[in-house]
Amino acid sequence: MAAVAPTNQRLKTSLRYLLLVLVGAVFIFPIIFMVVSSLKPDGQLLRDTASIRAFLPVGDISLDNYFAAFKRAPVGLFVFNSLLVTGITVIGSLFLCSMAAFAFAFLEFKGKEIVLSLIIATLIIPFETIAVPMLMVVNSLPSIGPDGLTWGWLNSYQVQIVPFLADALTIFLFVQYFRDLPKELIEAARLDGARWFQVYSLVIVPISGPVFATAAILKFLAMYNQYLWPLMVTQSEQFRPVMVGLQYFFQLNTAWGEVMAYLSLITLPVLAFYLFLQRAFIASIASTGIKG
Amino acid sequence: MKHMTLLAGALALSTALTGGALAQTELSLWYHGAGNAVEREILVGIIDDFNSSQSDWKVVLEEFPQAAYNDSVVAAAVAGNLPDIIDVDGPVMPNWAWAGYMQPLQLSEGALDGFLPGAIGKYNDEVYSVGLWDAAIAMYARKSVLEKHDIRIPTLDQPWTKEEFDEILVKLKDSGEFDYALDLGMADQSEWYPYAFGPFLWSFGGDMVDRSSYTTAEGALNGDAALEFGDWWQSLFTRDLVPGTSQDMADRETGFIDGKYALQWNGNWFGIKTLEAVGDDLLFLPAPDFGNGPKIGAASWQFGVSATSDHPDGASAFIGFAIQDKYLAAFSDGIGLIPATAEAAAMTKSYAPGGPLEVFFGLSEAQAMLRPVTPGYVVEALEFRKALSDIANGADVADALDAATDAINADIARNNNYAPAN
Repeated sequence: MAAVAPTNQRLKTSLRYLLLVLVGAVFIFPIIFMVVSSLKPDGQLLRDTASIRAFLPVGDISLDNYFAAFKRAPVGLFVFNSLLVTGITVIGSLFLCSMAAFAFAFLEFKGKEIVLSLIIATLIIPFETIAVPMLMVVNSLPSIGPDGLTWGWLNSYQVQIVPFLADALTIFLFVQYFRDLPKELIEAARLDGARWFQVYSLVIVPISGPVFATAAILKFLAMYNQYLWPLMVTQSEQFRPVMVGLQYFFQLNTAWGEVMAYLSLITLPVLAFYLFLQRAFIASIASTGIKG
Repeated sequence: MKHMTLLAGALALSTALTGGALAQTELSLWYHGAGNAVEREILVGIIDDFNSSQSDWKVVLEEFPQAAYNDSVVAAAVAGNLPDIIDVDGPVMPNWAWAGYMQPLQLSEGALDGFLPGAIGKYNDEVYSVGLWDAAIAMYARKSVLEKHDIRIPTLDQPWTKEEFDEILVKLKDSGEFDYALDLGMADQSEWYPYAFGPFLWSFGGDMVDRSSYTTAEGALNGDAALEFGDWWQSLFTRDLVPGTSQDMADRETGFIDGKYALQWNGNWFGIKTLEAVGDDLLFLPAPDFGNGPKIGAASWQFGVSATSDHPDGASAFIGFAIQDKYLAAFSDGIGLIPATAEAAAMTKSYAPGGPLEVFFGLSEAQAMLRPVTPGYVVEALEFRKALSDIANGADVADALDAATDAINADIARNNNYAPAN
């Protein structure tokens, strides 16, 4: 009997790994398909979709699609624009939303719960319903630049950044996390004479790595994948981000290889950012049950 | 002193030249072709020629990707910053004109003489837009396949009849040589549906809306002719003659070339690519006649002037300049579409007499019919697409067409019959 138990255990472990491999394959295969297809000419790419060859770098393999993609559209500019807008928004959002959440979690003020409820309630409003009013608002805001005072923010970076610096989901994530932190930490810091901003910056932020990582990844993805808003507010190519740029590749005769090459290129920053914060992201999910 | 005089003279000259250049008033032009290097090169060439041909106007180009273009224009209209010159897809033009985004062109008398009807954007008896090209659809076939199966090659004068076409499809399917007898392009669920399949409905005698008033779809989209069309349409799928809505885009692009489909209903923009693969065996055949004459869709992208332009005279001057035959021919050679005039066609590689795509010019002249010229077309196209998709997937024909009719009528009523704003 004693020998059976380890065998069963091994079988269970093997089955578990087999299942994990299968689930992992479901997620990894589209990425493999994208990268492999980006190396094939269109004719071969389309023919290979009917077989396992779609996932194998076989046949006429080259980097031609990448060169063609850079020729068709200013890929570097689009990636730069997206990273700039996303980077500033993520950093700004982490700062502003965590501060707001800190206030909701630790400060006492009249109407706190109502205000928080109202903020969270905005989660149910689809962005599409407020896009046009927002467009009219940003189009009538003042701006100071080389031409002096002008009106309207269209065709700029700030129009893609400012409206998204604070959002309900990020505030909610921080509030949930902060509320689970031991109150004694804050009380001890306050007794030691720390001001509220010191409590926030010196006590809370250092122990909140996982939620910062989670919020950063979710915000990064949301901003990097923005399409409708930048489409509405960037009429000049100079400010367009990657998702609007993707449309450059859909012509009457779509060059699928170039589409895949472009997608592979613009996926790299997302993967790099996720891998960079992966450990903290998983820790956050494990400790709070928050799902992306 | 001599040096001072020279310097003063040089300064005066450069000031005059600079002043001359600055005197050109800028006209913004939005174009839907971002990502297409060939289109860009030709358009920039036209703009450069125009800018250097006179001293009043300077056109400045801003390009948009086609899939995002219409939304960008609508957003700009909301924000009040439309450009001077916009390009617009032909069937969408009436909607933009009605919505107040566009104003009529100021072209000289006779400027559009000889243009294909599909290239002229007319709404409420006024010309709002003009295209440098048109597009056409044909039945792609292999001569060897038709001959092998003893199938008559149709002509413009004697297209296939409904019964003949049906027999051909069944014969090709029953031969067992092909996965499907005909590829309609069901994978492309965009404007392709109303553009490519609307003409079938018209040829049956139906329509997406009653064109005599444009205030109802009753009787047009759910009348006897439309029901007959709907039944035939559904039978294509139940008899496995054509691929369904789940068709893979890859099969759409390579299925005919690879021999999986015997026939293909496709646009002239795929002509050269298919010719390269199939060679001289390829035929471009006219649309079948389902009872009310063979029909294909017309109207492609066109240039117009925005309603908010401060310089409609300059914008119209540019458009008048751009529709010269040499530019029509250049665009055709560059992107494969049909030049808007016969004179321009004669100057092209593909559409000149004896050219590989010459037949498309004839098709466009003989069979082309505009999609409903009404602001409501945008919704009509959407509902038509949905109905056709549902019917292909087994929905009750009468119910699907009634639902589309009701939705179109509701939209027309909601917009006060699309009456022009006063």
